[in-house]
Amino acid sequence: MAKTTRLNVNGSIHTIEAAERVSLLSVLRDELDLTGTKYGCGEGSCGACTVLVDGQWRRSCITPVETVGEKKIITIEGLAQGDRLHPLQQAFLDEAAMQCAYCTSGMIMTAVALLNTKSNPSQGEIVEFMEGNICRCGTHPRIVAAITKGAKILRDSGSAKESGQ
Amino acid sequence: MSVKSPNELEPERYELTALPAYRFEVDRRGFFKFLGAGILVLCVLKDASVGQESGRGDRGESLPKEIGAWMHIGEDGAVTVYTGKVEVGQNIRTSLAQAVAEELHVSTSKVHMVMGDTKLTPFDMGTFGSRTTPIMNLQLRKVASAARNVLIGLAATQWKVDQQRLLAADGKITDSMTKRSVEYAVLAKGQQLTETVPIDNPLIPAPQWTVAGQSLPRVDGQDVVTGKHRYPSDQRLPDMLHGKVLRPVAFGASLVSLDTKEAEQIPGVTVVRDGNFVAVAAPTVEIASRAVAAIKAEWKSEPQPSNKDLFEYLKKNPVEGNDPTGGSSSYNSGSVERALASADRRLQQTYTVAYIAHVPLEPRAATAQWIGDDLTVWAGTQRPFGVRGELAEAFRIPEAHVRVLMPDTGSAYGGKHTGEAAIEAARLARAAKRPVKLVWTREEEFTWAYFRPAGIMNVTAAVRKDGTITAWEFHNYNSGTAGIRTFYDIPNQRIQFHPTRSPLRQGSYRALAATANHFARESFMDELAQAENIDPLEFRLKNLKDERLRAVFEAAAKQFGWGRAKAAAGQGFGMGGGYEKLGNVATFVEVAVDQKSGNVKVVRVVTAFECGAIVNPDNLRNQIEGSNIMGLGGALFEAIEFENGRILNGRMSRYRVPRFTDVPVLETVLLDRKDIPSAGAGECPMVGLAPAIGNAIFDATGMRLRSMPMVPNGLKPGDAPSSSKPVTNVPSV
Repeated sequence: MAKTTRLNVNGSIHTIEAAERVSLLSVLRDELDLTGTKYGCGEGSCGACTVLVDGQWRRSCITPVETVGEKKIITIEGLAQGDRLHPLQQAFLDEAAMQCAYCTSGMIMTAVALLNTKSNPSQGEIVEFMEGNICRCGTHPRIVAAITKGAKILRDSGSAKESGQ
Repeated sequence: MSVKSPNELEPERYELTALPAYRFEVDRRGFFKFLGAGILVLCVLKDASVGQESGRGDRGESLPKEIGAWMHIGEDGAVTVYTGKVEVGQNIRTSLAQAVAEELHVSTSKVHMVMGDTKLTPFDMGTFGSRTTPIMNLQLRKVASAARNVLIGLAATQWKVDQQRLLAADGKITDSMTKRSVEYAVLAKGQQLTETVPIDNPLIPAPQWTVAGQSLPRVDGQDVVTGKHRYPSDQRLPDMLHGKVLRPVAFGASLVSLDTKEAEQIPGVTVVRDGNFVAVAAPTVEIASRAVAAIKAEWKSEPQPSNKDLFEYLKKNPVEGNDPTGGSSSYNSGSVERALASADRRLQQTYTVAYIAHVPLEPRAATAQWIGDDLTVWAGTQRPFGVRGELAEAFRIPEAHVRVLMPDTGSAYGGKHTGEAAIEAARLARAAKRPVKLVWTREEEFTWAYFRPAGIMNVTAAVRKDGTITAWEFHNYNSGTAGIRTFYDIPNQRIQFHPTRSPLRQGSYRALAATANHFARESFMDELAQAENIDPLEFRLKNLKDERLRAVFEAAAKQFGWGRAKAAAGQGFGMGGGYEKLGNVATFVEVAVDQKSGNVKVVRVVTAFECGAIVNPDNLRNQIEGSNIMGLGGALFEAIEFENGRILNGRMSRYRVPRFTDVPVLETVLLDRKDIPSAGAGECPMVGLAPAIGNAIFDATGMRLRSMPMVPNGLKPGDAPSSSKPVTNVPSV
């Protein structure tokens, strides 16, 4: 049965009609037309659908929308500040950390969550944290370099505020 | 011995081809009506059967003059380039724009690429086979340089000066004597000028390039890091419905009974049955899924082979005739019999490769819209024109009524040549009388797409005491002809491809059969070297004259530090290399085998690669790294499991692809041969990896692994497919 749900996405409140157990991914993509969040596997195994919920990574394809409540959801579309890219977005471009780029938004969102908990992760910690995100084109070393670089830019900017909060 | 020119590049195998019924009539007024005034440059291919991308000679027809690409400079100075090529992550949107920008002397930001739109771009067979860089890149260079000459001519006429004085730079023509200048936009204003560039031979020597290859950031970078770019699965049309197909219970199953009443009663749902095709269109994906679940269907299916008896099956089911695509199936020289009979040593070995899936992160997706009898489909495919043909055939309408657009897609790797989702969406859209989007689930992509062919390779060789190979016999069953010929200098050869029936639907996969054939050849080279007690590098170089291949082996060996002593137990070094799609690769690998757990970790990969003059060095590195990482999966653990027409591991959680912790240290050595025309690099770099890993595992453990994937469950002594005595003398030939 359709149910009215209020969602806080990228700083705006949306009222949507969604059937129970509908995934957050479907609502973002099909209801709100926020297609930057991708479908990859439907079982939380590839990370393409990753968004932030209250600053933590969440696989939106296996997140029933009614479990989110009015927590703050940030998608890839909500990461940049106006025209100013988030340091991780810029670092992914600088390091050419993509080929088809279909995994990129999930990679960046997961990396934001990592940097929210650890401002200076080692290479090993990045690799471990990103293990749930699949890149089929094989740009992994570049993604690790981009996250390292993005972390440094964030630290240097002295921003104490967590992204996506 | 090896293929040495792009004109000999093997056409794609196994794909479902639709011959183009479409022929271009060059209607220049039509062009300007559509594009607006300005300057139009058409690249006309004089001999459409040779080395270009348009048309096919398969029907024995003589093809008319065809157009390879075109470019328009508008009255606002905007440069728009039209090519049938598509972007699947290989970054040609950037590298092709770069070629145009260099020749035309404008910034890449001024160059807009229109790609893979069957209404707007010239016919193109498809984006595969590493053909874009050797062919399309050069066509666009010619087109752009012709446009530059047109602009110089216009300025010269306007100023009544000699063309020799005029220079093109920064989007302007400047008079070197008076220093006055005029922008391209001003020159293009009010023009309806057409220039035709005939291209006899698409190969232009690299030294003629005006600007050397540079690493350029991708032209659409902002859009992909902000989530703005719309992939095929992101398309949205007003009033659009979502489609879902009721899949048969097994391959080849037929419908015995069907009850769709309950599904039809769900508001907004349209149910279609057309033969064995049963599908629904509904306002949301969830309703569509619910409707499909409400359909009661009974299927009948036949018993079918499983992956456990796959290789038996391939051997027992030969198909008469040659390579189905007409590729060269056999190659013979000298007398293998005589050489084997008189050999100091004869060796024989068998290798296999499993079916694997492409697993493009974006599954097949299409959005279809009918307006009257005109069908428009946005689809993720490497062959928009091929898919147009499939649609025209499916709906029995002329191709002129079908338009296929290909938004830059979430990868393909040879796996998106066909248009299944496009046909399904279009069938639903016709019934529902509204646009329909259909995105395959991961399970559907794993099951109803096609696979890289499995195969068996039998190799026999004769070797003289001094390490010279005198005979080489190589048989490939099912996996394909790409890379089947040896690049080692062997006087007596018999090489044969044997087509067989395939239990699964099979098709193109990045590097085609070159991966399987190199795995067999380069593993066997190590087995021969070991039998002769010669260093594997020395053994290869002893039997190899080709200077380009020698160069990559030597460069990789140097960077790797070949010959150094092992530092720890379980450490192993190995190499593999070869020649494919006009590129030369040598891959050196270090593995670490945990003796206790049997866990195999590829620690370090050094790749030396040479594909002629380098177009974009950083993008080339990116392609080589990606080839190696993707190649790890097929080498180590990827395999499709199947039984009775069902895929048993068709989910991301059950089919292991390489992840972050699998990735080794990657070192890439680029050899830039500016004297040799550029070739593509999306495929060749992966062919040396699997044998190099196998050879390194042997070096570490003495166990010779001859089946890809080599260690799906780690390396356990009991599971090892062979003992530590890897090479046996052949009892009789």
